[in-house]
Amino acid sequence: MSALSNIWVIAKRELGSYFASPVAYVFMVIFLLLTGFFTFMMGNFFARGEASMASFFLWHPWLYLFLVPAVGMRLWSEERRSGSLELLLTMPISGWQAIVGKFLAAWAFLALAMALTFPMIITVAFLGDPDGGVIAAGYVGSFLLAGTYLAVTSMTSSMTRNQVVSFITSVVVCLFLVLCGWPPVTAMLVNWAPAWLVDGVANFSVMPHYDGLQRGVVDLRDMAYFASVMVFSLFTTGVILRCHRVG
Amino acid sequence: MIKAQNLVKWFGPKLAVDGVSFEVKRGEVLGFLGPNGAGKSTTMRMITGFLPPSGGTVTIDGHDIMDDGIAARAAVGYLPENAPAYPEMTVQGFLKFVAELHGLRGKARQEAVDKVIDTCFLEPVRHQTIETLSKGYRHRTCFAQSILADPPVLVLDEPTDGLDPNQKHEVRNLIKRMGESKAIIISTHILEEVDAVCSRVIIIDRGKLVFNGRPSELKNRSRQAGSVVVRVRDREAQEVTALVAKLDEVDTCFVMEQDAASALLQVVPKRDAEDKPRPLAASLAATLQKEGVAFDELHTQPGRLDDVFRTITVSETSKEGQAL
Repeated sequence: MSALSNIWVIAKRELGSYFASPVAYVFMVIFLLLTGFFTFMMGNFFARGEASMASFFLWHPWLYLFLVPAVGMRLWSEERRSGSLELLLTMPISGWQAIVGKFLAAWAFLALAMALTFPMIITVAFLGDPDGGVIAAGYVGSFLLAGTYLAVTSMTSSMTRNQVVSFITSVVVCLFLVLCGWPPVTAMLVNWAPAWLVDGVANFSVMPHYDGLQRGVVDLRDMAYFASVMVFSLFTTGVILRCHRVG
Repeated sequence: MIKAQNLVKWFGPKLAVDGVSFEVKRGEVLGFLGPNGAGKSTTMRMITGFLPPSGGTVTIDGHDIMDDGIAARAAVGYLPENAPAYPEMTVQGFLKFVAELHGLRGKARQEAVDKVIDTCFLEPVRHQTIETLSKGYRHRTCFAQSILADPPVLVLDEPTDGLDPNQKHEVRNLIKRMGESKAIIISTHILEEVDAVCSRVIIIDRGKLVFNGRPSELKNRSRQAGSVVVRVRDREAQEVTALVAKLDEVDTCFVMEQDAASALLQVVPKRDAEDKPRPLAASLAATLQKEGVAFDELHTQPGRLDDVFRTITVSETSKEGQAL
């Protein structure tokens, strides 16, 4: 009970700090402009001739690749740079509560940005008769994808007090998560690595799990994949924060 | 309330704190002295649970800071060095946040926040964001968060840093007042502060504890402590010096300044078995009167803290140098 309320207190403060600066508004505007641009111009929304949001969700893994690290890069690096980490970690709360609280705040912020894409749903519903279940599954997938990137960013952000380093590192790690199942990457391994390693690396990819949800298939294994990457990354965040203090 | 036993901290190959032990009881204000980089802040960070010690233990009110961290940290108010805070928050918002982390809700939260805003004179900046504050206000905001939940233990790293003389005076009075009912550790390198607020002093140098005692004991270590300064009139300085040197209690006597009409002498007493200076003023005055020497000034000098501080830390440093 008190753990939940501590998480809530941390999350509330963190979310408030997003809106205390223009960053939140700038981010939302850019996010909405880019999703619009990708959906209509690059995704050929109208030429597809179907009442679905496939061309909307198609670009999310690439869009989030840059936007999510931009939201999460300051999570821990800013605390470390300004010294407020010392204040936060000497409060009567445990470290994991702070980690989860800050992560949930950033995730809620992304969810809010996502919710503001609702005109897309209205557009599709107006033009035709879309499958509501597929759209809902699409949003769930997009939300989980954002959370996965964000957890990775939380981890890279705890490694450094420099936000730029944190941003670049998380873009690279997330790019790996996107590309590692892609044939050119597996082809690089397939000539010399044992088959189990090639499969292992390929299974790290977010794409098959994301695509499943975009087709409207809610598979427990996909959920388990997203959840385990998030839990692992947040756990590692805690380990890294502790390592810095052990010296 | 605070018990540190054999604290050791390594940063990679560098030994920052080396076997520091001490205890602070309720009602004590402990002054933590030492040159820059001696390990003061590192020790405080271990006491508050921010840095896990490489060796040794800290217990706060019976709770181990590592094994029973949440209970121990709940009993500690901490003002870190440089007074960090969240710059984008308002003073009131920040204090509310800290109150909530201490489990205060609703009316209790509002009362606690109002009370510290009052004690720390933050009313004029209550709704300002912290990044717009001057250094003194920022420092007091962070100080306010440390006393907000009225914890029985306070650890304050340089609590008067960056304050103007009036604010320093206020904060010292506040610490002194709270010291009656709490266990407080303050670090400082302003020696007058030790005089003003501390009931006990610890000096660390190069990570080692080199002194632990009362401020008066520390002052007694000063070579000047207990010496008597006297201004005599219409007499040859040499003559008076010879006269004074005959006294039992006197160790040495020398002339500080001299002009046609008067001479200023400093008389240093011998030390007793406990290395305390023997009282001198009364017998000296009696002797001078008996011999008919006119004097228009006579006072006993207190020891000077900065004098002792320098001797203790410098000699320890040079010893270290020799050992290497």
